[in-house]
Amino acid sequence: MSLLLDVKGLTKRYGGLTANADMTFDVNQGEIVGIIGPNGAGKSTLFDLITGFQPPDAGRVLLDGRDITGLRPDRISRLGVARTFQKLKPFPDLTVTENVIVGALARTSDMKTARDQALESLAFVDLLEKRNHFARELSTGQRKRLELARGLAMSPRLILMDEVTGGVDQRTIAGLIELVLELKHRGLTIVTIEHNMQVIMRLADRILALHAGRRIAFGAPEQVRSEPAVVDAYLGTIDDAA
Amino acid sequence: MSGELIIQAVISGLLMGLIYALVAVGLSLIFGLMEIVNFAHGEFLMLAMFTTFWFWALASLDPLLSLPLVAIILALAGILVHFGIIRRLLKAPMLAQVCGTFGLGVALRAGAQFLWTPDFRTITNPLIAGRVQIGPIFIGQPQLITGGICLLSFVALWWFVTRTETGLGLQATAQDRQAAAVMGIPTERMSALGWAIGLGCVGIAGSMLSTFYYIFPEVGVNFALLAFVAVALGGFGSILGSLVAGVLIGLVESLGGLLLDPSYKTLIVFGLYLAVVIVRPHGLFGRF
Amino acid sequence: MSSNQTDMLEAARAERLWPRPPLWVAALGAAAIALLLAYPFIFKASFSHHLMILILLYALMAQSWNVVAGLSGQISLGQAIFFGIGAYSSTVLFTKYAITPWAGLLVGMLLSALAAVAIGVPTLRLRGHYFAIATLLIGSSVQIVFQRWDWVGAASGLYVPIDRTSPLFYLQFHTSKVPYYYLALGAAAAGYLVVWKLRRSRFGFRLQALRDEPDAAASLGIAIARHKVLAFMISGAMMSVAGTFYGQYVLVLDPERLFSMEISIIVLLMTVLGGSGTLWGPALGAAILVPLSEFSRIWFGGTGRTIDLILYGILILLVCMWRPSGILSLLEERIRRRTGTHEPAP
Repeated sequence: MSLLLDVKGLTKRYGGLTANADMTFDVNQGEIVGIIGPNGAGKSTLFDLITGFQPPDAGRVLLDGRDITGLRPDRISRLGVARTFQKLKPFPDLTVTENVIVGALARTSDMKTARDQALESLAFVDLLEKRNHFARELSTGQRKRLELARGLAMSPRLILMDEVTGGVDQRTIAGLIELVLELKHRGLTIVTIEHNMQVIMRLADRILALHAGRRIAFGAPEQVRSEPAVVDAYLGTIDDAA
Repeated sequence: MSGELIIQAVISGLLMGLIYALVAVGLSLIFGLMEIVNFAHGEFLMLAMFTTFWFWALASLDPLLSLPLVAIILALAGILVHFGIIRRLLKAPMLAQVCGTFGLGVALRAGAQFLWTPDFRTITNPLIAGRVQIGPIFIGQPQLITGGICLLSFVALWWFVTRTETGLGLQATAQDRQAAAVMGIPTERMSALGWAIGLGCVGIAGSMLSTFYYIFPEVGVNFALLAFVAVALGGFGSILGSLVAGVLIGLVESLGGLLLDPSYKTLIVFGLYLAVVIVRPHGLFGRF
Repeated sequence: MSSNQTDMLEAARAERLWPRPPLWVAALGAAAIALLLAYPFIFKASFSHHLMILILLYALMAQSWNVVAGLSGQISLGQAIFFGIGAYSSTVLFTKYAITPWAGLLVGMLLSALAAVAIGVPTLRLRGHYFAIATLLIGSSVQIVFQRWDWVGAASGLYVPIDRTSPLFYLQFHTSKVPYYYLALGAAAAGYLVVWKLRRSRFGFRLQALRDEPDAAASLGIAIARHKVLAFMISGAMMSVAGTFYGQYVLVLDPERLFSMEISIIVLLMTVLGGSGTLWGPALGAAILVPLSEFSRIWFGGTGRTIDLILYGILILLVCMWRPSGILSLLEERIRRRTGTHEPAP
């Protein structure tokens, strides 16, 4: 398997607070890497650093061997990196279809092609019914799917998902899991921040565990969950029986 | 260029700067509390000046005596504006907020022109008229006393915001509205208070300004622009910043007018704004 | 993917990309076009021509503000800068070098676009309020500069020399206002056509995206700064065209009038009233506010100028408080709900 994302020693400080310290991990082409950690562990900041929304104080990010450290976010996304945000950002005054078209426009300048691509994305996330609704009218679960569809319409190589199952009911979670697995099946590389342990254990090929801005474990799920540092951080074992 | 001229310019710049500062601090407070830039701020200054003028012209009330009245009237206006207008605007997108207060300013300005004509008015022979002489330097007494009152107002404001419970509540609301609400601070009332204080300061500034400045409907426009520069320079939300920046602008304007072309002094100040805001978007002391 | 979705997908793909406007809108539009084309023949009074010319020019100017603020979300309070540049460019070239105002028109557009870049690159990265204030200051500064610049006539301004020999070449018509009317109509039509195409283009979609959620837009490959500056340039060029025409229409230029904050204010007012971000909002705003202004000037004489400003100000305040998206937003929403992609209608 080839290395798609290589993160080395990424560090970010805000005055006295260290959000990320010497973060190192890698992601192989076609795998799913899950990121876990308590609130405030620095997970979203890590995403910001990788995708160019914030410049790191130290460290490097390599995408398929190419150094993308500190590049502008739009440049990085044009290189094939999509992301969703924990605080959802739909374009409220555009319809659902129009929202996804914006994503598709990263790959094509023809509006018809973009529209068709958008519809396919929407069909994939099961949101076609709402395609003519304004994005601000959607429920949280629907907005999550919209954000996913929008990113997917870019035909990315790598997608960074931030809490895709957060605030969503059980039934929808099962659907989202299937969706993500299908994406992997289609060759997409996925990095996902997750709080829900069941979801992570189902999805991840490898897990990165964070605590207070530092990496405390990285490897296969079974290995990570029995790691003493991880157990400590979570105040108990990671149990499937939840 | 004699040393006297320069000292003269420095002093008058300083005194004027204190007025800019007092006008600016109101803007700064309001923005710090609710992230709204009051584009009608200059018009409230103009209204304060006209109120003082009419008290003087119709009731023979000297500006020094009507000062507290004008300040209170403006403060009440601030509360009215907050509850009547701003509360609704807060729910609207930023475009509407900018245009809303902008429209208010336009209406007030035109209204003043309609009611009172564009003629320039002055208050002749206020109580504090006269000149003070320090060595070879002459300072207008109104300007001097105005500067003093502005400075006093700043001290009072500073004391209020840092030493009283209500003042601390204001600070809390400005820093983190949600947290403040959770702690039981009446954030809605804090916002209204912010407007009351902000426009009250403008009331004081305007009242004193009218003892030596022309009073006319458009007078607020330039003061507002300079106040914007002061707030941006000092940092939105910072009281100390408004003071420092206001004085700085007064000095730059005065010295710039002396050393370069007087008609370009506004350009210099604007250039200062652009330079600061591009290089240091948060201003000297600001958080935004 | 469920078969349900597959079926829906088939149906959705077959839908028109740009849906047809409802019949009544199309009929209204056709009637409006016919009316506009035949206007000078229906209404013969010179004043009625003057009124429509102003409405058309302001409709163009308001649309220019719509591009920079309504579509791309940058609140410019200094559009008068480009208006003045347009007027002065063509006039200076004509009075000093006898160059036809048609060429002056193009030069004005170019200079305005360059000014937009010069102003925009350092200031468009600022947050909304800071940018608005910066445009206010720059607008005021430009006015001051022109008031002292002798080469363009300083405070007294310039006169366009009257030439009756070749009206079309010199863009002056002295027997009737009708040619001015059709030129203004043409300019406004061109401007609206450009914006119409813009809103259906990749660029237009991306502008709206960065207006609403700049972070999300960046994560979707949109170069924020570049798009903002481009929108500002287009906006400036449109404003410049209006300025050139205005100069040729009134034949008298001075910095007081051309760079006045009033112009910057009015184009904002018209668009917000009519509906910022919509295609026809600016035109609607112009159609309401210009007659209001002209008639109040007639009825109230000298004070008319202030009365209309009082009304403008209050109107804008009320709109921002109660219906910030403007009059047309109501209508557009209803139409877009029925279709998946960007409106064709108002």
